[in-house]
Amino acid sequence: MPILVFLEKEGNNIRKSSLEAISYACAIAGKSQSTVTGVVLGDMDEGETSNAGLYGCDKIIHLSDPGFNQPVISLYAEALNTVMDKESSEFFITAQSALADPIAAKIAIKQNASIATNVTDLPDMGEEFALKRSIYSGKAYENIVLTSAKKVISIKKNSAGLIENEKAVKVEVSDLKPNPDKLDVQITGKDKSTGKILLPEADIVVSAGRGLKGPDNWSMVETLAEELGAAIGCSKPVSDAGWRPHHEHVGQTGIKVAPNLYIAIGISGAIQHLAGVSSSKVIVVINNDPEAPFFNNAEYGIVGDAFKVIPKLIDVIRKNK
Amino acid sequence: MKILVCITHVPDTTSRIAFVENNTKFDNTNVQYIIGPYEDYAISKAVDMKTSDNAHVTVLNVGGSETEPVLRRALAIGADEAVRINATPVDSYYVARQIAGYIKEQSYDLVLMGRESIDFNGGIVHAMVGEILGIPAFSPVMQLEIKGDVAEMTREIEGGKEYFQAKLPFIAGCQEPIAEWKIPNMRGIMTARTKPFKVIEAIDSELRSVNRNFELPPEKGDIQYVDPDDVEKLYDLLKNEAKVF
Repeated sequence: MPILVFLEKEGNNIRKSSLEAISYACAIAGKSQSTVTGVVLGDMDEGETSNAGLYGCDKIIHLSDPGFNQPVISLYAEALNTVMDKESSEFFITAQSALADPIAAKIAIKQNASIATNVTDLPDMGEEFALKRSIYSGKAYENIVLTSAKKVISIKKNSAGLIENEKAVKVEVSDLKPNPDKLDVQITGKDKSTGKILLPEADIVVSAGRGLKGPDNWSMVETLAEELGAAIGCSKPVSDAGWRPHHEHVGQTGIKVAPNLYIAIGISGAIQHLAGVSSSKVIVVINNDPEAPFFNNAEYGIVGDAFKVIPKLIDVIRKNK
Repeated sequence: MKILVCITHVPDTTSRIAFVENNTKFDNTNVQYIIGPYEDYAISKAVDMKTSDNAHVTVLNVGGSETEPVLRRALAIGADEAVRINATPVDSYYVARQIAGYIKEQSYDLVLMGRESIDFNGGIVHAMVGEILGIPAFSPVMQLEIKGDVAEMTREIEGGKEYFQAKLPFIAGCQEPIAEWKIPNMRGIMTARTKPFKVIEAIDSELRSVNRNFELPPEKGDIQYVDPDDVEKLYDLLKNEAKVF
């Protein structure tokens, strides 16, 4: 009974967060003497198979029908559920996303499975199957026991980690087609920045706030992000004012991030913003107000003018490349 | 058009999070409870639709009697009637069962929820209710406009937006900027007192998860300040001490 992992794509590549889900599944497989089967829907670049194998995927089931090229929650959920039945899997594991979480919820209902989202740690698989998940927007954790035989787990991004465990992957191409009766939506368009690092998945996030005074001053933030290979975030007032798009808003009602490094520039650190960044491993705060509350929640701080500090930081990074 | 808005009863976003009784219970000492910020968007959207789509708005919460003030607040904002399902919201599945059970007995053209509760952050009740009832569910919806029997919507996805259409009825998990938050006015608060308020009993449902306990993240250590004229030092600390690159 393999552990099923939903491998979500960005373009035709498997997302980093889905590779983390493979690592997570591998750890469970090691404890339960089972194997890991990844499921990919729609077109995929060829090299992606070995990429999945690098993190311990034993087999990939590729639903290659072009009807899956457009991700539709209801169609994906139906197809993944069919695969789960066919493989007699007891586990469905995914990395959290706007696509994956509703799919996970639907599969949990279809399979009469227990479900946990926002999961941050490997399960305790003693007498009970217990999991730790992030709650109160990162301000606390909950330990829960999943009591059903089947389990659906959605992992919080950047919490499982990538663990190399190279395997030769078997690929099984399936001709399973989307079920047209389940199509409940007509997707009319997408507005998406391509080729950029996704904010929720990024290892480094450079975020700026009202301290930057206006949308025209973002070019130094963009340069810094580019030099660091980072994604760009912003505070709520900045996205509310339309300086930056909403999908860059980090905070309680925006995107919650958990990067290795979060650099906050000109953000005071209101509690609602902190709720979106509290899972970051290292936080750097650059602000000219020494009283900014963000300094109480950071590892490193510079009290100074961002317009002077950031260009210097860019120079230092370039010099050290 | 009949709209159901499902709201949560959660600690104010500025609350200190702590636990008591050996970390098995949330410490609600001095905690103010509010309508979840995402459901504030949902209720505001529904009240806007009273004008734009001639909507009748029912607001629902699964919870004990302590949640009645937030339901009253939703009535004061403009909902027409309130329903409380008398149950402890144990987990997402249990809550989804209660809401689905209620919807099955009624009929709604549109069900609005928040994208997730800000206490347990599950973010799956809308999709579960949709699956139980066999109706579509979408989240996080940031724009919604009804055109005949079709709704045009925008959903946030990683790094952008997705535009789509769906037929009513469906469920939407809302987030900003679907509507402007509304604050109750005095007239709203007065009329809320006389609006219909029903309490119904929970239906039987199995539990699929059990809470063991809670824990708080480890405290952050002290911050290290770096001189603004010595940015090289910051780079060095990040590289050699924090080892982030």
